[in-house]
Amino acid sequence: MAIVDDEVREIAYLARIKIDDDEIPGYAQQLSKILDFVAQMDAVDTTDVEPLAHPVEAVPHNRTDVVLEQDMRESFQSNAPQIGNSLYLVPKVIE
Amino acid sequence: MSSYPDTVAGIATALAKREFSSKEITSHYLAQIAAVDGQLNSYITVCNERALEDAKAADELRSRGEAGPMTGVPYAHKDIFCTKGIRTSCGSRMLDNFVAPYDATVSGRLNEAGMVLLGKTNMDEFAMGSSNESSYYGPVLNPWKTSAVPGGSSGGSAAAVAARIAPCATATDTGGSIRQPAALCGVSGLKPTYGKVSRYGMIAFASSLDQGGPIATTAEDLGLMTNVMASFDRKDSTSIDHTIVDHVGELSASIKGLRLGIPKQFFDSALDPDVATATRDAIAELEGLGAVATEIDIPSIGLAIPAYYVISSAECSSNLSRYDGVRFGYRCDDPIDLEDMYIRSRSEGLGNETKRRILIGTYALSSGYYDAYYAKAQRIRRLIRESFTSALADVDAIVGPTSPSVAFDLGEKTSDPVSMYLSDIYTTAVNLAGLPAVSVPAGFVKGLPVGLQLIGNDFEESKLLRIAHQYQSVTDWHKRKPPIG
Repeated sequence: MAIVDDEVREIAYLARIKIDDDEIPGYAQQLSKILDFVAQMDAVDTTDVEPLAHPVEAVPHNRTDVVLEQDMRESFQSNAPQIGNSLYLVPKVIE
Repeated sequence: MSSYPDTVAGIATALAKREFSSKEITSHYLAQIAAVDGQLNSYITVCNERALEDAKAADELRSRGEAGPMTGVPYAHKDIFCTKGIRTSCGSRMLDNFVAPYDATVSGRLNEAGMVLLGKTNMDEFAMGSSNESSYYGPVLNPWKTSAVPGGSSGGSAAAVAARIAPCATATDTGGSIRQPAALCGVSGLKPTYGKVSRYGMIAFASSLDQGGPIATTAEDLGLMTNVMASFDRKDSTSIDHTIVDHVGELSASIKGLRLGIPKQFFDSALDPDVATATRDAIAELEGLGAVATEIDIPSIGLAIPAYYVISSAECSSNLSRYDGVRFGYRCDDPIDLEDMYIRSRSEGLGNETKRRILIGTYALSSGYYDAYYAKAQRIRRLIRESFTSALADVDAIVGPTSPSVAFDLGEKTSDPVSMYLSDIYTTAVNLAGLPAVSVPAGFVKGLPVGLQLIGNDFEESKLLRIAHQYQSVTDWHKRKPPIG
């Protein structure tokens, strides 16, 4: 399956990644090659096979709904690129 | 002391007998790292001060009579496990400035055992790679031949253990990332059953496949490390509440009469003929110990790599959407608006292989393609698991090569992603099936190590380690040391 340049741009935008124009053909070629490779899966009839999402099909366990962690705002926010009044700051979204 | 033991078991025993202190053995490893790692680049961060503090605390515990079996033993920690107060980069520019505010469950368990953290090891960015060439911190070099790759993604952990600049290391395995670098560096590695080692605080790549485990020189050391690393953890919803066993308790039992299945699909045209010979010699060695080998058929195995790359890339694109430059990690300079900030932070903070996988995953999950790719791959995943479990109903372990070739040269596969993916041809199926597997050193081809892979049924790590230990009791491949180290 061949991926064309515009599709690379579209997928990249969906993933919020910018690919420079001069790199687009290279990505298109590599993605096409990977998709050709995975197309081997089509050779197998899986009509009656249920998808397997989790290798050991145990039911995920739930925790009881009690607070386990302390307030760690300061230590979490020490990793933040920009904070103000204990809030995470981003570029203005409303004029 | 002029020469220290270089196994976990040897160090633990000597510490218990007070032949040397944790401070002495820790200082020895820190000095070795300083002397050797400039040639290998296996560590991203060396924790000199913290290691000496931990060693002092371990020695104090021992003097109070409160030491456990692993207290004071140094280890290296893959830089994918969060370590409170220590940078946890995951090999990425995106997390170059990230100081984990909490410990991964595995990190906490190693601390509680009194083990001494030497440093954080280098790895492919976000564990995506088979050669350790995608790290933001530069490639790790193979201590057997510095123009060759150490394998990946846990290349730093494998190279450090091979060069004896750590007695053991943690690692993670999503499609072969413990076993393949262990094989290529001539050390031992265990990928436990999915759900056995907590994923809490282990930075996610593909959540239904990721599994932590140890790398060390011997099977016995893998067992000792697994005793510490494995636990049921309510903070990981896929952690499995299994019976905790002592992974070194059965090592000395004979393997006479154990049934080994040799999948004919593992000896296909992809396999280097010399690696095939070394693997067959190793199987003959196991037969000499009384195991009974028979050829078996695992027909769906050829579809493992295509299914693996769809599932892992889809899960990666979802997991890595969290890196948006808002709360932690890399943020671009002077964003003009929110979208510009997302796009440039991700584009500048992530490397090429990571971007390629995010794009593949985004495509596979996008509207109209989900059934053709992700759902299809999950159906094939069931076929693969069923063919393994049906084979394992008749044999105790499945045996074959870990990697189709010995270590390849740096740059040899970087331009062709598919050829890189094929270096995991014998390992990815095991992750899809969720099974445990071990790789142990089993000879050399052109001076480079060959790995033998043993695959077992769910939670049968102890049986695999027993086979590996018995093999290591009649071979010395695991004792060979590389020129660097």
